[in-house]
Amino acid sequence: MKNLSPKTITVGLVVLALLLIFPMVVTQIFPLQIMILVFMYAMLGVAWNIMGGYAGMFSFGQAAFFGIGAYTSSFLLMTFHVNPWIGLIAGGVVAALVAAAIGYPCSNLRGHYFAIASIAFAEIVRVHFNNWTLMNAAEGISLPMLDESFVNFMFHTSKVPYYYIMLAFLILALIVCYFVATSKMGYYFRAIKESHDVAEVLGVNVVRYRLVAIMISAFLSAMAGTFYAQYVLYIDPESVMLLAISVQIVLLSMLGGAGSVMGPVIGAAVLIPIAEVTRVWLGHRGTGVDMLIYGFLITIISVYQPQGVWGLLSRIGNRIK
Amino acid sequence: MNKAICLDVKGMTKWFGGLAANQDIDFFIEEGEIVSIIGPNGAGKSTLFNCITGFYKPSSGKVSFFGRDIYRMRADKICKLGIARTFQVVQVISDMTVLENVVTGALLRFSTIGPATDKAIEILAFTGLIDKKSFLGTELTIADKKRLEVSMALATQPRLLMLDESMAGLTPVELRQIIDLIKKIRSQGMTLVIVEHVMEAVMEISDRVIVLNTGKKIMEGAPKEVCSSPEVIQAYLGDKYRVVC
Amino acid sequence: MPEQLLQQIVNGLLIGFMYSLIAIGLTLIWGVMNIVNFAHGEFLMIGMFTSFWLFTMYGLDPLFSIPICFLLLFLMGMFIYRFIVSKVMKGPMLAQLVVTFGIGIFLSNLAVYLWTPDFRLIPPTILQGTWEFGELNLSIPKTVASIGSIITSLCLFLFLRKSKTGKAILATEMDREAALLMGINTERINSLSFGIGAALVGVAGAFLSTYYYIYPQVGGLFGLIAFSIVALGGFGSIEGAFIAGILVGLAQTLGGFFFDPAYKYAIVFMIYLITIWIRPQGLLGW
Repeated sequence: MKNLSPKTITVGLVVLALLLIFPMVVTQIFPLQIMILVFMYAMLGVAWNIMGGYAGMFSFGQAAFFGIGAYTSSFLLMTFHVNPWIGLIAGGVVAALVAAAIGYPCSNLRGHYFAIASIAFAEIVRVHFNNWTLMNAAEGISLPMLDESFVNFMFHTSKVPYYYIMLAFLILALIVCYFVATSKMGYYFRAIKESHDVAEVLGVNVVRYRLVAIMISAFLSAMAGTFYAQYVLYIDPESVMLLAISVQIVLLSMLGGAGSVMGPVIGAAVLIPIAEVTRVWLGHRGTGVDMLIYGFLITIISVYQPQGVWGLLSRIGNRIK
Repeated sequence: MNKAICLDVKGMTKWFGGLAANQDIDFFIEEGEIVSIIGPNGAGKSTLFNCITGFYKPSSGKVSFFGRDIYRMRADKICKLGIARTFQVVQVISDMTVLENVVTGALLRFSTIGPATDKAIEILAFTGLIDKKSFLGTELTIADKKRLEVSMALATQPRLLMLDESMAGLTPVELRQIIDLIKKIRSQGMTLVIVEHVMEAVMEISDRVIVLNTGKKIMEGAPKEVCSSPEVIQAYLGDKYRVVC
Repeated sequence: MPEQLLQQIVNGLLIGFMYSLIAIGLTLIWGVMNIVNFAHGEFLMIGMFTSFWLFTMYGLDPLFSIPICFLLLFLMGMFIYRFIVSKVMKGPMLAQLVVTFGIGIFLSNLAVYLWTPDFRLIPPTILQGTWEFGELNLSIPKTVASIGSIITSLCLFLFLRKSKTGKAILATEMDREAALLMGINTERINSLSFGIGAALVGVAGAFLSTYYYIYPQVGGLFGLIAFSIVALGGFGSIEGAFIAGILVGLAQTLGGFFFDPAYKYAIVFMIYLITIWIRPQGLLGW
């Protein structure tokens, strides 16, 4: 991983400045909602990327961590009136612990086997929450209304604060990912992705580093989950733990470019608006056209652009050089 | 002068189902030696390597490294103690550059990238790959890949280096280069164990040769001795007959 | 209680045979080309709809639409392999994983678009009713489907063991490089296996349509269960998948009976996780 060039930093700062003034310029709700979703999925993608793109564990069960985050903070708020910010941390910790517990026995699984194990795990979690009376089972949790304030992590009159909070979360995730990618951990993750043998022969404790990757990923995903709960104020297993969410996360990461820090952000910026717009324009009568296009897109991307947009850009970049 | 015992293997046995890939193998390596392990295909050389370095769990036996018991220890721990190895089928990280590959190895002894990179550059200069440091693992020739693998192993700063067929499939020029590299590594005081088929190389660099056949050690001695042993010739000829059939 | 238990065991067997038939196609594809077909459930759905429309439009009984389902899905499988899957075989692992997901989403939503998300049922035809043995009820369509599953699996087994093509498929499964060296056109074997895998699940779809709801999303759950079965049986093992399918069917109904029906699918996934943890090669894998 090369150090950041002045050019990269400039581009980054310009984009950031544009994002910061976006809500002041665009006041309609719909674009703002899309942007918030883009940030949220970008964060989930960044979290996936740490374990998938870098460490090579292709998880199709990220929705479980997302859901666990959402449920932990919502449950704490509903039952014990715990502040959502504390719930946010608690959700991350719970998700990371669950990730470690499931990741440990799976520490020898690679490729397809890991992917299917992650689906199985997420489905078990979903089925369990659908039947867990303490968590209101399939009925879901409606969050109690609190006064609008940053401390309460709740805003009723405007979505703009959510926009900035989610943007801040995303930036935090990017910083974590950048730190991971450029540190010893990142090198070791990439060795593990290549093969367990090559990692072990270089003295890498494969089990431990894989667990670290899964736990970081779970923690960040759970943070996004708590955000979602506070944003929508209602969660149920079918809205936060669906396989479709997990697939979406993998897909946008691949589209943007797995194994690069910014890849998932690019992927989310491309895919989520398309998904949302087609859903609103074409999906309202349940015709399936939105998902039809989506499925087509996935297939085309895997066949023709499996390295993602980032891979394409860097190849073009190399050619120019 | 009495040298320290670097590696001490006793009664190493590995069963695969009903087949003994290694059976009751004893040998030791002194510090600073180059010892070659030879034998026909399927003699159990790679299995022995894998059992010593923790990639297989041996069925029974004893292994100690500078007096420390490493029997059935995890591979990464053994590496940390100071045994580095290469694989028969070359293993490098294909989406990393040559430099990054070696940095990954060096990170075993450094916690940050900076000093690990310095170390890696030093090693690449030593192994002669420095000009190709920005190449991707996949862009290298097989000879360079093997050289890279050796560089990665050296980057972990081992006390014992075990090379599994680093010379197979090379051109005579490339072979010369790798032999020179091994001699160079040795001149730095490294202990080496190599599995090799290329007999001229074995004869040239080894202090001692261990011969395996069908999972057992059949002979051990100076290269010349081994070469003229009827038992060894028999083992190899047997192998050749099998190939011809 | 004993009668109820017996009934549950019978139910488990009946669903289990169905699972076996669905899973053998998946395990064949997986074993030969090391690709997980995440669209397998959707192939099943296509088979079910084919049978449904043949019945609705031409009054063809699902039993007679089996050969048509077989042929249609076979061609579809070959087509999908040739034009999509084969193109990602040399690509990154992630693309191999995702591509069949894309196909699955595309197919199920194509079905929604063409035929709406409604649930449909083929009214009882030749196969209807139940056989009663004292307290024990044996649904006729399910029993026939089970027998069909056994026969189909046996045909596949014999095809792989006896025919030249079948042996070539097995050889490719064991060692692709060696098969290539022996002059086997592994690319042709791939597309053939993909076609056969799809055709088998098409047959399963026709049988399943005689007693199960037909709707675009029906494949999702069956697909996931099929993965667990394949893992349990040993990836690529036809016999393993057949036995594991029965075991999973039993585990699901008995689990639902003794614990909580709501968890019956969770039990299936639990079996998967425990299998790959304790015995990664599966029951009959190497």
